[in-house]
Amino acid sequence: MHDLTQRLRDRYGYAMTVLRGLVKTDFKMRYQGSFLGVAWSVLKPLMLFCVMYVVFAKFMRMTDGTPTYPVVLLLGISSWQFVTETVGIGLRSIVDRGDLLRKVHFPNYIVVVSASVGSLISLGINYLVVLVFALFARVQFTWRVLWLPLNVLELYVIALALALILATFYVYYRDVLHIWEVLQQIIFYAMPIIYPLSFITEKHPEYSAVANLELLNPIAQTIQDIRHNFIAPATQPTIWNTFHSPWAKAFPFVVTLVLLWFGVYVFRRNSRKFAEVM
Amino acid sequence: MTELNQDGTVEAVGIANYQEQPVVLDVNHVSKSFKLPTEQATGLKQAFINWTKGIKGYELQQVLKDVTFQVHQGEFFGIVGRNGGGKSTLLKLIAQIYYPNQGSVTVHGKLVPFIELGVGFNPELTGRENVYLNGALLGFSREEVDAMYDDIVEFAELGDFMDQKLKNYSSGMQVRLAFSVAIKAQGDILVLDEVLAVGDEAFQRKCDDYFTEIRKDPTKTVILVTHDMSAIKRYCTRAMFIQDGEVAVIGDRETVAERYTLANLEAQKQEESEKRKALERNPDEYPNGLNARCPLLRTYGVSPLMLTSAETFRFAVEYQYDEPGDFYLAIALHDIRRGGITFDTGARKIKMTKHGHQTVYFELPLNLFNNGEFRLITSLRTPTPGDAKMTDAVAVALDDNACTFVIRDPRNTNYALINNRSLSITQVSELEAQAAAEAQRAELDARTADGSPRAEYSDEAAR
Repeated sequence: MHDLTQRLRDRYGYAMTVLRGLVKTDFKMRYQGSFLGVAWSVLKPLMLFCVMYVVFAKFMRMTDGTPTYPVVLLLGISSWQFVTETVGIGLRSIVDRGDLLRKVHFPNYIVVVSASVGSLISLGINYLVVLVFALFARVQFTWRVLWLPLNVLELYVIALALALILATFYVYYRDVLHIWEVLQQIIFYAMPIIYPLSFITEKHPEYSAVANLELLNPIAQTIQDIRHNFIAPATQPTIWNTFHSPWAKAFPFVVTLVLLWFGVYVFRRNSRKFAEVM
Repeated sequence: MTELNQDGTVEAVGIANYQEQPVVLDVNHVSKSFKLPTEQATGLKQAFINWTKGIKGYELQQVLKDVTFQVHQGEFFGIVGRNGGGKSTLLKLIAQIYYPNQGSVTVHGKLVPFIELGVGFNPELTGRENVYLNGALLGFSREEVDAMYDDIVEFAELGDFMDQKLKNYSSGMQVRLAFSVAIKAQGDILVLDEVLAVGDEAFQRKCDDYFTEIRKDPTKTVILVTHDMSAIKRYCTRAMFIQDGEVAVIGDRETVAERYTLANLEAQKQEESEKRKALERNPDEYPNGLNARCPLLRTYGVSPLMLTSAETFRFAVEYQYDEPGDFYLAIALHDIRRGGITFDTGARKIKMTKHGHQTVYFELPLNLFNNGEFRLITSLRTPTPGDAKMTDAVAVALDDNACTFVIRDPRNTNYALINNRSLSITQVSELEAQAAAEAQRAELDARTADGSPRAEYSDEAAR
């Protein structure tokens, strides 16, 4: 056991040191020069949540009628924000840190990973704020909460894989940024995040089979799982209670693993050339 | 395991024993080429157009060709080369920022690079935070950076500024901090690129001391890339000269220094001939120092441009002068390294007899001099009307028209102009000194009483 930890430390100790340094810098830079400083990392999601709550739950009345829906909405949006933030920052991270990569040799995947860890910290803070709202909304927590870490891990893997793939392409083609921005909108509206899935299945039953396919998207599957396990097991449809075929159930996970493999493959293949190309 | 150097300093690892040490850097048949985009190819559109038209969209530039060498532990290894010769690319390959197309680079130990200025400092962080971030990037844990932090700050002389943001530093301070991090970091191999222009004089002296110190440490290896020959001679135990992406010569620093100097002279010569050709193409312009009366005046070496003190330098002066009347050539020998005019022929010593386009030949014995770089500057002069002694300069052969040569002799030293085979100061007894001085004074008194001025003084005054 001791031998194993030593080997791990030899292999990843350097990477961890660099990662810690970069994450710390990023976090410091984020609230650089602001009066309230780190307090913004809690204040900002809190204020954004209030806006979203008023707009979606009160004015637009996009609700499935359950009392926990506003919290479910917040949870979905903050989870999606984590994906967009990780991919958005990760995508540009290699080019943004080009100055560094051209001067010091260090494992350059760390640059992308550090972007994702920064977003992960924000996600943690957001979930705490959601928890506070959930307590106010008198949510009944169940043992399913124990699944949460695994769901978050899956979401993290998807976001990191996307960031690795897009960051690699962005070094060669700057068009990738614009393509991703459009793609991001499409993915967002093709998932039941600001609308409940029941919204479609009830108003347009003829589309319900198609609507259920939305859950095969690994991001949608993960976010629904998070909502289901964290807050609303009774109301949230997931891939587990919508599909019966084991193939369908396995589909999002296979996609996730393929994405991760492809991301690591593409990044490793090209990472040696980053310093020259930029 | 120590040897005494030429200049009296002690080296732990030198040219005599370096092979006994383990290899810390192994560069094995490395080739590197870059794809230079011929069209703006950072867009999908251009990439697609290139693909459909079958255009490559880039040009292949071979920067390094089959470079092989090894550096052993404890060496101070210099890499020299002219601009664009591939030395910076080689350095980035050593630091593993670039990867070779062929061959391999193997490093044993922790390598700390100092490449270009800045080393990726963040302007929004304080000096202290930057030191820690930089340490982390170089692979040092927080505790390790803690241990070397005071040393770094002290070396950089920035004690009062460490809590200031880096953007408030002057550029000199930033470089000093970056350099201090690089050399005070407890790495095994230090890779330095063109660092000798860092900081003010006091800081440079400090770096000089540090380099002298580190040479004695048999565990630390330094690889220095520069185009400054004197640095190679001062610090390095071994050196390598890179030319057009290939190892031109590798070995002891004297050999490398000589080859490098020769290559520079050759390149300079080529440049000059190109410039001359350009001037011939438009005859209305004259080079600096020349004019319509004397459109051509140049000094060039006939002998090789690198000689020993035992040899005689033969050179030629080519001129074009068509005005009737007497004219002279005056040749001055400039000492480039030490400054000043070493010798001058005098204005009316070399009288020319032929007008028109002519070439005349001269020789200059070198046995007086130590090592150095010298330049011969020729001027063409006519007598001043109404003054038997004065002359007016018509033209001077400056810049490309002057002739530069160097003296390199293993028997010589580099410091003084005149070598100790030609001149020496000898010790005498007090009695001898006093007696000789007395005789000189008596002779001077006798001459003054005579009323006849001293011959050598009058000659001097007339000029």
